[in-house]
Amino acid sequence: MRIYRLIPILALLFIASVKVDAQCKAFAKKVCLPELGSYTHDGNYHAAVLVEGEEAELYKTFYSDMDYRVAICGEEKLPNIEFRIMDSNKNVLYSNKDANYSKTWDFKLQSSQQLKLVLKVTSFNQAGETPASGCVSIMFGFKLKK
Amino acid sequence: MNRNHRISSGLIMVVFLFAIILIGCKSGGNKAPKEDLTVEVPKDNTAVYEDIKQAEKIFNALPSPLESAMLIKSAGARFDESLLNKVGSVNKYVTNKSMALNLGIYTCDLSFASLYEQTQLIIDYMNAAKKIADGLGILKAIEQSTIDRLEENINNTEVIMEIVSETFMNSSSYLQDNGQPAIAAMTLVGGWFEGLYISTQLVDMKEFNGNKLVGRIIDQKLSIDILLSLLVSSKGDPAVDEIIAQVTKLKIVFDKIKITTSPVRPEFDKATNTTVLKSEVKTDMTPAVFLELAVTVGEIRNSFVK
Repeated sequence: MRIYRLIPILALLFIASVKVDAQCKAFAKKVCLPELGSYTHDGNYHAAVLVEGEEAELYKTFYSDMDYRVAICGEEKLPNIEFRIMDSNKNVLYSNKDANYSKTWDFKLQSSQQLKLVLKVTSFNQAGETPASGCVSIMFGFKLKK
Repeated sequence: MNRNHRISSGLIMVVFLFAIILIGCKSGGNKAPKEDLTVEVPKDNTAVYEDIKQAEKIFNALPSPLESAMLIKSAGARFDESLLNKVGSVNKYVTNKSMALNLGIYTCDLSFASLYEQTQLIIDYMNAAKKIADGLGILKAIEQSTIDRLEENINNTEVIMEIVSETFMNSSSYLQDNGQPAIAAMTLVGGWFEGLYISTQLVDMKEFNGNKLVGRIIDQKLSIDILLSLLVSSKGDPAVDEIIAQVTKLKIVFDKIKITTSPVRPEFDKATNTTVLKSEVKTDMTPAVFLELAVTVGEIRNSFVK
């Protein structure tokens, strides 16, 4: 019988956890998707809860026939999200730090390439404070090259 | 007192175990398994904070089914309905593996039909995808209202592509957020193989040299390691292990193709506010290697749809 008393607690824990993920999905759809503008979203979903100072990497092949826009968005409670795009030799091709932490970058390729995207949640630099955490979403849009 | 203590201890233990299970379930297929989405950092705990700072999340992004279909169309390929997986086969898929793979396959076929404005096929393939999504228990991925919206906009390719993109995102986000990264990965793999299968079948060997579609197929070599990494993150799942063996076989064929790329030079085009990544590429796929690739892809894809 006693185990039944635990069910509400377990249910609450489960709901709380799922809610965090659902919030990330809702955030990605409501905030990040519009950043793609006239580009067609590829339909892939890349989002996670990140903490101040944390890094993430993404590997993707981009094709020469397409125009691309990458949009990287973090929740308002997070500091700026820095991102860099690198080629297979780790040469930095773009850094949004040079563009006032822009959320989007438009690009196209002369030949298809596998590129690496590295993003980092910057820090508020508040010693002793609990680091902020929140959803970060990466989205890709494309259209046929004109 | 002792009785109360035992109840409290038991309660803490159950909650702790449940939390551990939840954390384990939430390591996404396309993310490093060390992820803990509900992590909280104690104040002034520098060591823990440093660990988190160094933690790394890895996303392996395959081309989505929509992107794969777009690449086929952009290469000037014709539409051939006979290459698509038949919608009538949908009832055959009852295991999680076959449903996941064929959700990706049907989504790719749906995208292909959409781009070539095959109105009846669009509805048929959306219904097939819905049936599989429902079978996988993916709530609200494709609702009846989505099908109605599709029918209302059946002649508007842009809206249809939006709907396809949205439904695919609903499925993959649901699977990832509900601790099913292996299913999410297999869905992506199914879509990727379908795009590659259709491409290889559409190549006219009389026009092999300089064929744009052949170029697109060679480009897929760039994604094979990403594909393997995505699957390896769910290694241990018997269904995924089988697919890893098949993909490894395909990689052996892809490894026979040489791709040489010059250093990439970014050039900003002010007129379009776009950066052009300039580089030259040389490839050397012989017709014999292409045929071997086409046979291998065909065998694997047919094992998925059977």
